[in-house]
Amino acid sequence: MHELSVCQALVNQVVEIAQQNSAHTVQLITLYIGPLAGVEPALLVSAFPLAAAGTVAASAQLVIEPQPLRVHCQTCGADTEATPNRLLCGICGDYHTQLISGDELMLANLELIT
Amino acid sequence: MCDTCGCNITPGNRHLAYKPVNGGTSAISVLKKLLAHNDDQAAHNRAHFDTRGILTINLMSSPGSGKTALLEATIDALKDEFRLAVIEGDLETENDAARIRARGVPAYQITTGSACHLDAHMVHEALHHLNLSMVDILFVENVGNLVCPASFDLGQHRNVTLLSVTEGDDKPAKYPVMFRAADAVVLSKIDLLPVLDDFDPARAEQCLRQLASTVPLLPLSARKGQGMAAWYDWLRSELAAQRARVSAGQTVKPYIQPDGARLHAEVG
Ligand SMILES: [Zn+2]
Repeated sequence: MHELSVCQALVNQVVEIAQQNSAHTVQLITLYIGPLAGVEPALLVSAFPLAAAGTVAASAQLVIEPQPLRVHCQTCGADTEATPNRLLCGICGDYHTQLISGDELMLANLELIT
Repeated sequence: MCDTCGCNITPGNRHLAYKPVNGGTSAISVLKKLLAHNDDQAAHNRAHFDTRGILTINLMSSPGSGKTALLEATIDALKDEFRLAVIEGDLETENDAARIRARGVPAYQITTGSACHLDAHMVHEALHHLNLSMVDILFVENVGNLVCPASFDLGQHRNVTLLSVTEGDDKPAKYPVMFRAADAVVLSKIDLLPVLDDFDPARAEQCLRQLASTVPLLPLSARKGQGMAAWYDWLRSELAAQRARVSAGQTVKPYIQPDGARLHAEVG
């Protein structure tokens, strides 16, 4: 699974930011992950200790904030909730929709101890 | 209730729990994509392609869906019309690149070992083993896997996802991230449809459209030469579009990183 690669990318970013802020420990890492991000939050959480071992993030708590899946309809203009394999407009049912939220794979915040 | 281990934190109160932050600690808002480093490398790869006017296409599918067979037929049909090159991604073997080279087209094999996907760094490394000044269309055959490759931008301009009729017609519903990422979906091995009673092409298309995908669905059989003209025409029109972008100083990314995340990032 690619969650370990994603975790390694995460840890690299976190270590870099910790260094820029002269922090010796990362206490908390918050991620925004949408249902269409292409990663399994549970796998990410289990891969994290492996990727973070021996870094300033080794003891950090990883918090994942799931993001809502929402689409904007180009036909009727409505913004509605959707599910990963049914991204249709919730009002008119059209498939000409654009994702507004739900594919996030982001590092949102860090808490650092300096 | 314990305030240090996080056991009392729920999605509803989490935003309250970590504010304010005590002395000695500082909270930093980052709002950066997790794969930003890969994305930077991918942008660099894309610049390599654009300065040479190359169209780069990333082929993704399950193992055994006919990516290499599609490439072989495409090479036979188009190698006098366009200069082609192939980067092969595979877990272990050199077999696929050897099959391509046997048809007179340069190919470089990336063996990923345990990695189930290609990333932008691996592709960049491979670019240094190919003479890019002699290429119109570069195909990247990703590792056979319907999950992981969708998350990594390689610098390609277009994603093509293959769905073979020997797989389920509901695959787009089961792998929405992969099929949403496609700029074209190839329905492969259609010569086998008469002997398969459980694959309905209309249902496959319906599953794809339910992902809000408007991209072309190209049914074909590389082995029997059915439906290939539409695939070649798609390649020709994509190369023409790429050349128009290059002369206008523009580039394009696949549909894979759409507006949602970007809008979200800008708000933050
Ligand atoms: Zn609508």
